Amino acid sequence: MNLLLKDKVAVITGSSQGIGAGIAKAFASQGARVVINYRSNHRKADQLVDEIIEHGGKAIAIRADISEPSDIAQLFETTIEVFGRLDILVNNTGILEFEVLDAITPENLQAQIDTNLIGTILCTQKAAALMIKEGGSIINISATTSINPLPGTLVFSATKAAIDNITKVLSKELGPRNIRINTIAPGMTETEGSHEKGMMGSVFEQQNISLTPLGRIAQPEDIAKVAVFLASDDAAWVTGERIQVSGGQL
Amino acid sequence: MKLKDKVAVITGSSKGIGAGIAKEYAREGAKVVVNYSSSKESADRVVDEITRNGGTAIAVQADISKIADIKRLFREVNKTYGRLDILVNNASVWRYEMLADVSEETFLLQINTGLMAHIFCAKEAVAMFGEGGGSIINLSSTISLNPIPGTLIYCAVKAGVDSIAKTLAKELGPKNIRVNTIAPGMTESEGSTADGRPGSAMEKYYLDQTPLGRIGLPIDIAKVAVFLASEDAGWITGERITVAGGLL
Repeated sequence: MNLLLKDKVAVITGSSQGIGAGIAKAFASQGARVVINYRSNHRKADQLVDEIIEHGGKAIAIRADISEPSDIAQLFETTIEVFGRLDILVNNTGILEFEVLDAITPENLQAQIDTNLIGTILCTQKAAALMIKEGGSIINISATTSINPLPGTLVFSATKAAIDNITKVLSKELGPRNIRINTIAPGMTETEGSHEKGMMGSVFEQQNISLTPLGRIAQPEDIAKVAVFLASDDAAWVTGERIQVSGGQL
Repeated sequence: MKLKDKVAVITGSSKGIGAGIAKEYAREGAKVVVNYSSSKESADRVVDEITRNGGTAIAVQADISKIADIKRLFREVNKTYGRLDILVNNASVWRYEMLADVSEETFLLQINTGLMAHIFCAKEAVAMFGEGGGSIINLSSTISLNPIPGTLIYCAVKAGVDSIAKTLAKELGPKNIRVNTIAPGMTESEGSTADGRPGSAMEKYYLDQTPLGRIGLPIDIAKVAVFLASEDAGWITGERITVAGGLL
């Protein structure tokens, strides 16, 4: 079989569970060496590394809080120490707080901005500096709500709209260095997070399904397949794009 | 192989981007229908190349600006392969003309080939898709969003094409039929060579505006068309993907 990401090195932020874990597994199955980044759940990250290795892949787990610039620096230093290069970055980690305007506090506002927005920019800065000779591919995970926000997602949606914008600016800045950067905007996806937040089986899930032409909510694999495509040479002529991966939901 | 045993119709595939998609689909295991209007020799060459490389293809003549020809095209597909999984609405006609030069004839030619045919080919294809659903890919252009002077009708046609995928994604999603749009930028092909575009001021303009710093090739577009037709894009419908090296 022709592996699409053979010997590439990929960092996926926030990949101990959910969509990030799905992307890490899909990348590894296509021959990439993957860095599983986690903040607190080292048990899940280790389990994922074990699962990838059992399937013949290569992976390591690195702890780093993406809201901390020094942690980010450490994440990329360790990646280079272990694998010696970097080809792909997936800015996946993100914090979603459901809260109406009145419920927003300086603290939860700052937490979402630090991780979702500042973390994305600082990870991209470190990664692009390491993608020197052969270029690279950066994928930012946004959300359908960056274009069609839902009530109660003010800060999250604003950070995701900013991420859409980062992709557009950096595709122009980094194109001449053969670094491509694209956005994936998933709709509602079944993850540990969606279960913890009580979204599964809720009216909210039913509403999502009724608004989705393909008639279900997503699994992490649905998103991961698109991430593989964008990271691979099959997407060599795609940069600066935002691809909505949501079964037709707007 | 990503499209093993799928049957695909690619309109206007004797040359250029269409031929690139036909060859790449065949390489991924699809049985392809190479549609042409008048370039029989070019269509036969594409079919020969595919079969020489172990693929399966037939050439079918149909002027898709005529509904009767569209119906005959799909009847022939049914007769040969007995099924259909993928439609690529690729054929279009572009005339470079300022407003004063627009005539009823050039208007109807571009509208019928570029827009009417997309809709009536989709209608025939959907009627043939089986229980498993299908995938429709419409070829638009960067200029549907960023028009350039002298392309009034063509840009309007392509903006209409962008709209088709959005509507049909909602109509056809419940039947597991996905509909998406690819918007290429300037692409080197027989068409662009015949227009004298390589080496022209227009090409230089586009190169300067393209972050990845070159002109597109049919294979660049074909790779994305394979992805969208494949199960890897199973959760993507109603989308428009610009495939232009970052050109807007």
